[in-house]
Amino acid sequence: MIVAKPKPFPFLTEQLRPYRKVAVVGCETCVAVCLAGGEREVRRLAQALELERRVRGGVELLTLPLTVKRQCEYEYLEPLRETLKGVEAAVSLGCGVGVQYLAAAFPELWVVPGLDTLMAGGPTALGVWEEYCRLCGECLLHLTGGICPLTRCAKGLLNGPCGGASEGRCEVNPEVPCAWILIYERLRRFGKEELLRHLTPPKNWQLAQGRGPRKLVREEVRG
Amino acid sequence: MKEFEPIIVAFCCHYCAYAAADLAGSLRLEYPPGIRIVEVPCSGRVEEELILKAFAEGADGVLVAGCLEGDCHFQKGNIRARKRVEHLRQLLKEIGLEPERLAMYHLSSAMGRRFAEIAWEMAEKVAGLGPSPLRRRTREG
Ligand code: SF4
Ligand code: SF4
Repeated sequence: MIVAKPKPFPFLTEQLRPYRKVAVVGCETCVAVCLAGGEREVRRLAQALELERRVRGGVELLTLPLTVKRQCEYEYLEPLRETLKGVEAAVSLGCGVGVQYLAAAFPELWVVPGLDTLMAGGPTALGVWEEYCRLCGECLLHLTGGICPLTRCAKGLLNGPCGGASEGRCEVNPEVPCAWILIYERLRRFGKEELLRHLTPPKNWQLAQGRGPRKLVREEVRG
Repeated sequence: MKEFEPIIVAFCCHYCAYAAADLAGSLRLEYPPGIRIVEVPCSGRVEEELILKAFAEGADGVLVAGCLEGDCHFQKGNIRARKRVEHLRQLLKEIGLEPERLAMYHLSSAMGRRFAEIAWEMAEKVAGLGPSPLRRRTREG
């Protein structure tokens, strides 16, 4: 999933200072699961923003707490059209995609990001999230036993290890295990160590960062 | 002028603090009249929004009272509540309210006397801070 974290509260109060009617728009998908932008976070933020305005003074702030199934699809944003009439600004608690969809769907609405979108990853313990995929565009996990060296090796080596690991920990960041040792151990468990002799040629990074935003078209499902 | 009597919303866990408050009553222990007790199934049930709402409605202080560490009926509800309260105190500061207006306490159902003590302690602390700015505005209009 997409992992994001809340922006500092004072940043949001500053951004919203000029407005009196503000929507706080959450998303029930990734950011809800990573406890950053779901319904609960929306209600909490809306309440806190109103309180801050009341304590500091200035024009009264009215917030509208709203949560949609997925902020990254127009069909889920469309039903907000009536509700958002007369609303001047919105804080989006969606990921960066959600923020942009919200802004594009409502051209009259000033949209502020409420989260910092960090990575494609998952929870590894309660309150801990880690990155697992760099979205490179051509997955090679079949060569590495389901452990991504681009993401989990600090040097992103395609043909590791670098040789610097000590006691199984990465030499760059001893907090994480050496990805290539994990890869080796897993390949050995499956009797596939031979795969380590396979030399992976340089990656085609055009698939990740070619000319501007990437675009995917699948004719077989195209409308 | 009448002395300022703070209104304090006390979210009390059913298994400990609520029973302790009951016991304090049976023991005829006096505790401050401004305490408004809200019974909750576990201190872990007290979401941040609920605490903020109490302040929005004009509470001068909020206390969350849960079981002693290791005694939670839902294993870790009281620990979660404690962390949440700590985190929320920072947010209160950013909102412009004194973080001391919010506190978390741990006690057991047998601690009637301690409940009264906590209530006085909190009431005195909040009285020192004066009425919540939100309360003043609520009253004015
Ligand atoms: S190889 Fe590429 S697509 Fe596969 S997990 Fe790693 S970054 Fe993601
Ligand atoms: S020690 Fe392992 S994970 Fe760290 S940079 Fe070297 S190969 Fe990559």
